[in-house]
Amino acid sequence: MSAGIHPIASLLAAVARGISGVQVQWAGCEPDERQRIYFANHTSHLDFVVLWSALPSEIRVHVRPIAAKDYWEETPLRRYLARNVFHAVLLDRGSAAKAKHPDEAHFVGRHLIDAMVDALGAENSLILFPEGTRGSGEKMGPFRSGLYHLAIRRPDAELVPAYLDNLNRILPKGEVLPVPMLSLLTFGKPMQVEPGEDRDVFLERAREAVASLRRIGTA
Amino acid sequence: MLAAIHDTKLVWMFSGVLGLLMVLTLIGQFPESRQRGNSSRPVRDDLDVSVRAWWKMITVFVLTIILGPHGSLVLFAILSFMAMREYMTLVPTRRGDHLTLFWSFFVIMPLQYLFIGLEWYGIFGILIPVLAFIFVPSSIAIEGDTAQFLERSSKIQFGLMVCVYCLSHAPALLLLKIPGFEGHGLRLLLYLGIVDQINDVLQYVVGRLVGKHKIAWRVSPSLTWEGLAGGVIGATALGTLLWWATPFTPWQSAFLAFAICILGSAGGLVMSAIKRDIGIKDFGLIIEKRGGILDRIDSLCFAAPIFFHLVRYYFIP
Repeated sequence: MSAGIHPIASLLAAVARGISGVQVQWAGCEPDERQRIYFANHTSHLDFVVLWSALPSEIRVHVRPIAAKDYWEETPLRRYLARNVFHAVLLDRGSAAKAKHPDEAHFVGRHLIDAMVDALGAENSLILFPEGTRGSGEKMGPFRSGLYHLAIRRPDAELVPAYLDNLNRILPKGEVLPVPMLSLLTFGKPMQVEPGEDRDVFLERAREAVASLRRIGTA
Repeated sequence: MLAAIHDTKLVWMFSGVLGLLMVLTLIGQFPESRQRGNSSRPVRDDLDVSVRAWWKMITVFVLTIILGPHGSLVLFAILSFMAMREYMTLVPTRRGDHLTLFWSFFVIMPLQYLFIGLEWYGIFGILIPVLAFIFVPSSIAIEGDTAQFLERSSKIQFGLMVCVYCLSHAPALLLLKIPGFEGHGLRLLLYLGIVDQINDVLQYVVGRLVGKHKIAWRVSPSLTWEGLAGGVIGATALGTLLWWATPFTPWQSAFLAFAICILGSAGGLVMSAIKRDIGIKDFGLIIEKRGGILDRIDSLCFAAPIFFHLVRYYFIP
């Protein structure tokens, strides 16, 4: 991951910023070069690029998105964008669900977590959309457990919640043409798994942390 | 472009505006006057905001001079874009409006400015009030979502009217061919801007100082009859005094300035009502951080088309 920022990535980031007119507010922490796992709500293809472009470039170099393998490997263009341009960590999100036996699911799930821990490495940060898929923007879906397992394996990485507001209206799921409305990205207070905290309790707390950032600071 | 420098009357107008702005900015910087009396503090702060906005407007105007009439159209198209972006962000739309919105931003709006640039008067006058009026609901209907159909169609149409159609009449002034006044359209644009903005700020200041009787407190808590009278009288007087820079006689200038004031006030009031209606607080922060173009041009939007048509009707043979 010392390849630096791909020029196409910088270009797409600039375009995404222009289209989304995004305002960034750091409501619970400041930009930092330490290893972090940014997790946010997911409603649009612009989400990752907008979030990524909101980070200062010296931080951006080390930030990789977690993305769905089935979608991003479907066409050569997507594969190129995901692998070469954004250095995405592609995960086979269906594999654990498809497993016939709980042990197998456990094994596959473990494999996915391994891949994310590997991607974090010694200096990288990750961007993760724990809902696992894009929603309509009205209500966030439940969080998948990957965030929890990743946090347990790498307790040193800060978990930073973020809320992407209005992107579902700019480029909703299923549309290819964007409508250039304005959007707001809010980074919240870093959190961690409490000692002995139950998986589902943590995931709900994390989801709440993202949801609570919705329009924070609006008078 | 630099023909503007040889337009002595324009230079006089412009210098006047610049001088006034510098004085206001200096007063704003003066620390002693800031501390005296807390009661005038909010007025002062709001004035500072206005002064900052005026510097931006004057920058836009200078760019207009440099770019010439056609460059100005591009500039105003960008302003329309920014205003409509704020408006559509504020107004609730549904998924079924997506394509219609895309067309509004990327086809209808550029076409409006293109037709003005081509001086194709017959079509720029009807593009949005007639063609878009038919296109918008049809396009939404094709998407098949009937929930709040009439509201959605109206909201998009209204946004196009205010942010694109109305605003585009300001740069259209530059292309008016008034006999004996050719090439001086910039003066008309500046005249419109000066009268409109002075009316705005006088209404506010007079209203705060001596205002008692509120006009529509639910819509705009700061608008009073006293303020309205102060703004309209003051700005109309100023407009009258600027007759030498226009093709108008003093009486005509008084009438046109009066019209600008009344329409500008209506524009500000309507935009406040819209904000109250849709609950601006939902997206207020996004807008505020982006500069609030819509807030700044609301009065101009209503004044520009009527001023354009009055001038066109009476001064173009």
